[in-house]
Amino acid sequence: MERRKFGKKLFTLVISTTVFGGLLKKANAQTKDYDPSKHYYGMGIQTNKCIGCGRCVEACKDENNVPREPFFFRTWVERYTIKKDGEVTVQNVDSRITTQRENIFEKEILRSFFVPKLCNQCDNPPCVQVCPVGATFKTEDGIIIVDEERCIGCRYCIQACPYGARYIHPEKQTADKCTFCYHRITKELLPACVEVCPSQARIFGDLRSGASPLGRFKRLFKLHVLKPFLNTEPKVSYSDLDGEVR
Amino acid sequence: MIQPLHQTLYELLKQVTGFIYPNEIEVHWGILVVVYPYLTGLVAGAFILASLVKVFNVKEVQSVYRLSLLTALAFLIIAPLPLLLHLGHPERSFEIFLNPNFTSAMAMFGFVYAWYLMVVLLLEIWFTYRKDIILWSKNERFLMRWIHKIISLFSTDVSEKSVVFDKKMVKAITIIGIPSAFLLHGYVGFIFGSIKANPWWSSVLMPIVFLFSAIVSGIALVILIYMIVTPSRGQKIDMACLDKMASFLFYAVIIDFSLELLDFIHRLYESEESIKILSDLVMNKLFISLGIIQVLLGMLLPLGVMVAIKLFRFDAELRKLLYFVSAILIQLGIFATRWNVVVGGQMFSKSFRGLTAYKMELTGFEGIFMALLLLVLPFIVLAILVKILPPWEPAPVSDLEAVSD
Amino acid sequence: MKKFLLKLPEQAGRLLIVFVVFIALILLVRFLLPASLKDHRIHIQNTVAKEMSRQVRYAGSDVCASCHDEYNLKKNGYHKNLSCETCHGTSKEHSENPTEVKPVVPRQRDFCTRCHAFDPSRPTGFPQINPSVHNPMKACVTCHNPHDPKPPNVPQECQACHAEIARTKAISSHVMLECTICHEVPTQHRVAPRNVKASIPAEREFCGKCHSTQSNIKETFKVDLATHGEKYLCWQCHYPHMPEVE
Repeated sequence: MERRKFGKKLFTLVISTTVFGGLLKKANAQTKDYDPSKHYYGMGIQTNKCIGCGRCVEACKDENNVPREPFFFRTWVERYTIKKDGEVTVQNVDSRITTQRENIFEKEILRSFFVPKLCNQCDNPPCVQVCPVGATFKTEDGIIIVDEERCIGCRYCIQACPYGARYIHPEKQTADKCTFCYHRITKELLPACVEVCPSQARIFGDLRSGASPLGRFKRLFKLHVLKPFLNTEPKVSYSDLDGEVR
Repeated sequence: MIQPLHQTLYELLKQVTGFIYPNEIEVHWGILVVVYPYLTGLVAGAFILASLVKVFNVKEVQSVYRLSLLTALAFLIIAPLPLLLHLGHPERSFEIFLNPNFTSAMAMFGFVYAWYLMVVLLLEIWFTYRKDIILWSKNERFLMRWIHKIISLFSTDVSEKSVVFDKKMVKAITIIGIPSAFLLHGYVGFIFGSIKANPWWSSVLMPIVFLFSAIVSGIALVILIYMIVTPSRGQKIDMACLDKMASFLFYAVIIDFSLELLDFIHRLYESEESIKILSDLVMNKLFISLGIIQVLLGMLLPLGVMVAIKLFRFDAELRKLLYFVSAILIQLGIFATRWNVVVGGQMFSKSFRGLTAYKMELTGFEGIFMALLLLVLPFIVLAILVKILPPWEPAPVSDLEAVSD
Repeated sequence: MKKFLLKLPEQAGRLLIVFVVFIALILLVRFLLPASLKDHRIHIQNTVAKEMSRQVRYAGSDVCASCHDEYNLKKNGYHKNLSCETCHGTSKEHSENPTEVKPVVPRQRDFCTRCHAFDPSRPTGFPQINPSVHNPMKACVTCHNPHDPKPPNVPQECQACHAEIARTKAISSHVMLECTICHEVPTQHRVAPRNVKASIPAEREFCGKCHSTQSNIKETFKVDLATHGEKYLCWQCHYPHMPEVE
């Protein structure tokens, strides 16, 4: 009886190790050329340079197959208008809906600017903390990714994200969000939004690198992150971020 | 062709006031996630009522002890259904048990639920009914006899000693069961209360408020069931039992109301950044569901009625009517409470600059018909349980003697 | 052990059996399952590999340079910071199959106005025009080469580029003042505006030429420079293009 049990256990062990090893090898083979431990990605945004053209939003949708409807965004641009009487109006910049703006007379404006937003790839991500099945996780190089084959669509992560960066893909019924175009950055390309930005308002790079546009950005400007009091430790920093931005 | 979801969302876009993050237009937790804490709340409340008998020896409520347990079980069985229907991929739901993320309250709650179901509720019901099941199975037709034999795990010992052991186990399980019931529904509150991104939910009081509103709704439910089923069986309602249950309901409502009042005062006094949008939310979007239904009709009115009953001596018929109406109002109020927490928390933007709207469908998984079905199903399950395990009186003593040789 | 089991009441014994069977089933499931279903590290590796193998749609600017001369034209003009794909859209497929797949070539007017139409939220210094006034109906590319978009003629008036300031000044008390009265503008400024800047006045006495109590100019509002405004320069309170504001 004992021997049979032992034999059964040994057999299981051998099988699972073989399967495990095989899968590990397969996964390894695909990532052979890229070493995630050598990178730690972040982004910088210069709000002073954003012209609100919305090309980043479109490029992201092109590159990542994001549904075209104005309810699902991996990245978006907000327009802030602060009037002389102190009233603050915020609008979404959706380049297809050009007449969306309410009429604000130019001479009432005190300050007005655009703020691009996206997933902040937090270092202390609340979305990873609450996922019941561990479908969303942080990679070694700092990107938060959703495993769409494991996600059960409970939407807890969407409730937990303070920045509204996540949405449910209407067809896949799983959570989706910006991944800094992981499939591009691991091939030394730029994320799509950074690639097409006409005014270089978005700066992408390795947080550990000194001699890079991101390194200069961190050295030169006073930096802000969104909702620092929530201690999510975002890796997207903003320069010249107005106090009215949420 | 625009998909129906997108059609709804385009309409909702027009109802947005102010600014919301673009992804916030879709309300993610709808009527199904409102029904779920309502059902689990009833479980915890019914169980707490039952435990009053065993642990605190409240003799008057003895006659509804088994009914409360069966009610708790019926609702506990159905409660996971709204969650399952709400998932984007219900076929993967086993992953919560197979590959849980230990930092996730939702995943850990799956284990709390399983613990409560198996170790507390099923065991307690088993020990309570064991002797009676064995005795009943002696004189029954084929089907019921075998159902009872299987449920009793083919046990045959009905001696004095074994019954004493049963009673001891029931007491022990109830003692474990009370904190387990607290954990069960407090945990649901924690799932909301631990979301720092949402100031309407994020609160230390959330698990406590959830728990006490659960107790309120659970006791009120047992009162309702008792008042409907007892006359339909041709029996007389035991006024001492009813009065005692209503007393406990009264105390629970006072505590619940005080907690919600505390939360309200605290928010207004601290006046944090979110106070403007939350006030906007309560006065505009939630005025009816919160102001009228939850507070006025669901709490203040029943409270006033029960104070009046305590102060003035109403006769039994009037008291029965008032209890019945109050219990129904309380159910509506607690359902509205769940609505205000779950849906209310998604009606304002996390940018604190705008409000959105929730449009409930009629048909489909997230529709009102499905919600009503899910609210009715536990009663059907309860009817089946009552048939298999009648809670009214134990088996007659004469059968005991017939078996003991 | 056996004694304990014998002493146990009959029902407890039965329950214990059920309990043990249940636990055994759970353990069986956990051990018999292949590692790929259970091991979180494998899940992560597979997801990362899957994410990395997504299709790339934007080729990146340097790819275009290998075939297209326009890249060299672009790199010294005003559009040097623009990616080719900002205007030409996704071009990865084109770079792999240049003869069959062509990227878009936007020549219509509303394409350029998306970035260059005047918008009060756009940062100052960004070239903007009023589309209904600036050569309406004409395609932008008729005068501006998109790869070197300098204006076909050197702008003669300040308001060709500084329209917002001109508009503001036009309804102020400074309406009759030419820009050049306060600003010295080198001719190169019209050709290379970011490299060669116009000057601004440096002292209070400059404004005092018109506004001090000793001034000969009759129509202006007068103040005693010795006491008014302490040590501040005039434009630290008064906006020179709209000095009426309090």
